[in-house]
Amino acid sequence: MSLLELRGVRGGYGPVTVLHDLALEIQEGEVAVILGANGAGKTTTLRAICGMLDKVEGSVLFDGSDITKRSTQAIARAGIAHVPQGRGTFGDLSVDDNLRLGAISRKDGGVASDLERWYEAFPRLAERRTQAAGSMSGGEQQMLAIARALMSRPRLLLLDEPSLGLAPLITKDLFERLGKINEAEGLTMLVVEQNASLALAIADRGYVLETGNIVATGDAASLAADEDVRKAYLGF
Amino acid sequence: MMIFAATSGAQLFFDQVMNGVGTGVIYASVALSLVLIYRTTGLLNFAQGELALFSTFITYWFAHEQGLPIVAALLASVAVSFVGGALIERVLIRPVEGASSPLNVVIVTLGLFLAVNALASLIFIKPGQEALQMPRIFPTGDLALGIRTSTVGFAAVLVIECLLLYLLLQKTKLGLALRAVASNPESAKLVGINTGTMLMVGWALAAPIGAVAGSLAATRQSGFDASLMQQVLVYAFAAAALGGFDSPLGAVVGGLIVGIADSLTIQYVDALDGIELVVPFVLILVVLLVRPNGLFGRTIVERV
Repeated sequence: MSLLELRGVRGGYGPVTVLHDLALEIQEGEVAVILGANGAGKTTTLRAICGMLDKVEGSVLFDGSDITKRSTQAIARAGIAHVPQGRGTFGDLSVDDNLRLGAISRKDGGVASDLERWYEAFPRLAERRTQAAGSMSGGEQQMLAIARALMSRPRLLLLDEPSLGLAPLITKDLFERLGKINEAEGLTMLVVEQNASLALAIADRGYVLETGNIVATGDAASLAADEDVRKAYLGF
Repeated sequence: MMIFAATSGAQLFFDQVMNGVGTGVIYASVALSLVLIYRTTGLLNFAQGELALFSTFITYWFAHEQGLPIVAALLASVAVSFVGGALIERVLIRPVEGASSPLNVVIVTLGLFLAVNALASLIFIKPGQEALQMPRIFPTGDLALGIRTSTVGFAAVLVIECLLLYLLLQKTKLGLALRAVASNPESAKLVGINTGTMLMVGWALAAPIGAVAGSLAATRQSGFDASLMQQVLVYAFAAAALGGFDSPLGAVVGGLIVGIADSLTIQYVDALDGIELVVPFVLILVVLLVRPNGLFGRTIVERV
């Protein structure tokens, strides 16, 4: 059984329909990437999964249960962590508060040890524990947003354009870290990304989205080799 | 004013400052409740003063009609206000919260202002009654150095309120969730916080602070009626703007500054006799021109 499955999903904002009959599937433990041009509906797809659209038709199944009609907070508590575009950090709260908020819905006692663990993995955040999140650089904030998501011990991590606004070297480092986290934790990820080559490098599976429809799908290697995909999204 | 004739100039000045502290503490309390709602919901609640008035009547009812000692009556009123604040958010505010314009909620609070005031008069003031008398909480007379016991008592109450609020917001999980909703509602949902519940908690917390402020204000007067909080609300808004609408500390300092400035003006500036109200506003205008976020308001620094 797949961890996440979208069946015939239609949705958008107010009168505008962005997604048309969208279907996709992600297996436990894999990294899936959604490629597509601006306005293809990549962000809307993630928002549909998280219950952040006014109206969604079709069904979103997470671990076998239908979450289509659930509230965003209920979906978060069910184990889907979403790092939105623009990172969504709590800008005027400290780094420490941000990370604690990631774990605020957890009831187990492992929060303090997880906090130390992610501070170890992201030493820059440890240095800036008491600093307001909004005063850090874009790359640091992206690290914080990801660390905050990991603090919830999610079963599925959604990342919306993690490279946006970051320098190329920082983006590369970020994707290497994501790849490592996937390997070490077996954490399932769905990544929306403009930077197709970096994303495909850590992905198992890819989807190409065009005006709200999946137009191509396949394992990451074959998508990267596909001539149409290369021309459109890899630029060579 | 004749009683001051015999006192020295310095003593007079000191007395007026202390007098200002006494009223300032009340402005600070109401400002604190305004700031609390603003920080959790992004809303200016114009009905805050009238809600405090209603709570004041409830205090009076417990003390006068039920015969409770005044402190017990005040605590009972605080409890009722907590539940009442939550109910008002649930029943009246929530239905318009999702509206396309944030102004809709503001209009509802203005409606609430009028409705609560009228309702309070209707329920609590018997025909022919002009002013109600609130039992004193603190003994009359001076504590030391000509400082009134009630002024010290009021200040102590405010300090306790601030301390409790600080502990709640900074040291508890609930406080963290409240701050998260104020900072970024969408991200708060994404970490699993029920933002609707937090907005309700914000209202539930603000109402008891107003209840204390109103009840204290009533004890300062020989008698009070339904107009008790109207001028107080104006001064409290001034205090909150002065201190910065997102800063609880600012509300307290702003309240004290407004109270003291008002008291000194009444004493020393004869030209403004009867229109002392302009003073706090001139003060605010100057501060806001120099520091648009108020004295303690944060200038949001957001790097991208």
